[in-house]
Amino acid sequence: MSTPTDFLLWVRGPGFDIALVIFLIGVIIRLLEVLVLGRKPDLAEARGTEMGPGLRTVFTRTLPESGSMKRSPFTVVGGYVWHIGFLICLFLFVPHIELINSTLGVKWPGLPSNLVDAVAAVTIVTLLAMLFSRLNHPVKRFLSGPEDYLTWLVTFLPMLTGYLAYHRMIDPYPLVLGLHILSVEVLMVVFPFTKLMHAFTFIFARWYNGAMAGRRGVQS
Amino acid sequence: MSGATLERGLNAFREQMNAPVAAFFSSCVNCGMCAEACLFYTETGDPKYTPINKLEPFRRVWEREYTIFGKIKSMLGLTKPVTDELLAEWEELIYDGCTLCGRCSMVCPVGNDVSYMIRRAREGFVAAGYAPDGIKNASRRAVTIGSPMGVKFPALQAQIKHVEADTGLEIPLDKAGADYMALLSSMEIINFPEYLEALARIFKQAGVSWTISSEAFEATNSGIQIGASDIARELVGRVVDAAEKLKVKYVISPECGHAYTAIRWEGPNLIGRPYNFKVIHILELLDELRASGRIKTEGTDDDRLTFHDPCQIVRKGGVLESPRNLLNMVTSEFVDMKDHREMNWCCGGGGGVSAIERAEELRLKVFKRKTSQLEELKVDKLVTACANCRLVMEEGLEEYKLEIPIVGLTEMIAEYLVEDKE
Repeated sequence: MSTPTDFLLWVRGPGFDIALVIFLIGVIIRLLEVLVLGRKPDLAEARGTEMGPGLRTVFTRTLPESGSMKRSPFTVVGGYVWHIGFLICLFLFVPHIELINSTLGVKWPGLPSNLVDAVAAVTIVTLLAMLFSRLNHPVKRFLSGPEDYLTWLVTFLPMLTGYLAYHRMIDPYPLVLGLHILSVEVLMVVFPFTKLMHAFTFIFARWYNGAMAGRRGVQS
Repeated sequence: MSGATLERGLNAFREQMNAPVAAFFSSCVNCGMCAEACLFYTETGDPKYTPINKLEPFRRVWEREYTIFGKIKSMLGLTKPVTDELLAEWEELIYDGCTLCGRCSMVCPVGNDVSYMIRRAREGFVAAGYAPDGIKNASRRAVTIGSPMGVKFPALQAQIKHVEADTGLEIPLDKAGADYMALLSSMEIINFPEYLEALARIFKQAGVSWTISSEAFEATNSGIQIGASDIARELVGRVVDAAEKLKVKYVISPECGHAYTAIRWEGPNLIGRPYNFKVIHILELLDELRASGRIKTEGTDDDRLTFHDPCQIVRKGGVLESPRNLLNMVTSEFVDMKDHREMNWCCGGGGGVSAIERAEELRLKVFKRKTSQLEELKVDKLVTACANCRLVMEEGLEEYKLEIPIVGLTEMIAEYLVEDKE
């Protein structure tokens, strides 16, 4: 790995494979780790069903309860903006779609690059604002530990390096592109071992919440 | 509760670990939104009352023992263990600072049912010996005397005699083969005997075949509040035995929130089998009697009034429509608080908090939330359906010098009941 090109080749090749394997195996282990614990059957006579209300909660919790919107507007709006922005950059940027197509053989239409660029800028600014909020909001600051800042960092770096690569702000280009890919690999490796797992487990959490309430006749 | 040790506490935490708990802990990103749903945070502004923070000891057990990375981190000494000091520090948060109202569980964006975890985590605290004396003593009295307030059968008998003398109606005791067995909370026996009178009059008019058991009349369950399943099982078991002995078809849960949770939702799981009878909340029964035309009312209360939804009956209990169906029958100026039904704010005294003497100052402080709700509406009267909420709110209103009378919904129905004269 003596030159930027060697570095790029490594992160695109073996580096990516290693990260992908850790990510996939890690996520599967973590999901099994949750599910094998199971839960005892509820012997109380049910008033309502579990499946329907559970699935409903999986979707309805995407929208904030009105009181939360009023009391934590920044967390709610900021949360939406950066999550959606991140997903747009990840899945609707044409070079990303081409990469997915070349590995998985599936593709979909992307957005114009300059639009994704604008979204990326907004997402980066929002992520910085979220960090600022975490450091200053009394509750968030109180709750936050090293893992909260680590997960923020590994989420932020792919956005930042992607933006730098797109605008070729670092020379040579293979170096900045390689750094971008490396940052994604770091994200993938860290993902299964941290609260980034919420991206998968929230489905179970919401379902259990909705199902247990649904059994009692309440839509949670 | 004897022989409580840290090891027992840890084992209790382990017994309470399941897939929902693991899914919840895995999903929390410390966004802090549950704080804003909790009156202990909104009224004190102290972040330590953030609901998810109250679970830190339970979370540590999960991280260290139920996650692969947590196990590795623990081996390297990178995680913090659960210690006696930690539990001692957290005792105040998980007992004094949580009423198990479940409001946080309604707002968490990743869907965490925080109050479900707190109920489970309390099992670990009790087993390790970290529970407030107030609830410990109430639980002890419940097991040895039969009531958390120390109310024995003769006290009920005396109230029954009073009610019988006042109404000329018989209150059936230990009547085998009755359709319904009514339970009472100690507070209803001592503080609000009008509930018993209301039952007698309404059931007489509706022709309901009912009884009270002299062996198991107490509906409340301190075991549920403190988080001791063995105590909770013993208390529920008494009711189940009595109901099955009298061969009743239904057991009526009284106007008491956590009694309903105990007998309706936790009971069968505690005794490990379904019941041979059904459990119905008094408001559900009254609503059925209303819908089938078996009770009729005349006139309405024309005061501007509102209804305080008891958390355990409404949000956690699922008795959603009955209260307002009944209120519409007997009121003309009923208004709802801005946050109501599933999103109502707790009175601040549920989940055993009202039994903790040292928590009184905090409880009265967080009651500010309820007074704010009431002041927005400018009501003349407050209706509720839980003796504990009622007592806690009466104290709270007095503290804040608000003169708003509180009435129980069942007695309100009785007040406007059309009764056949014999």
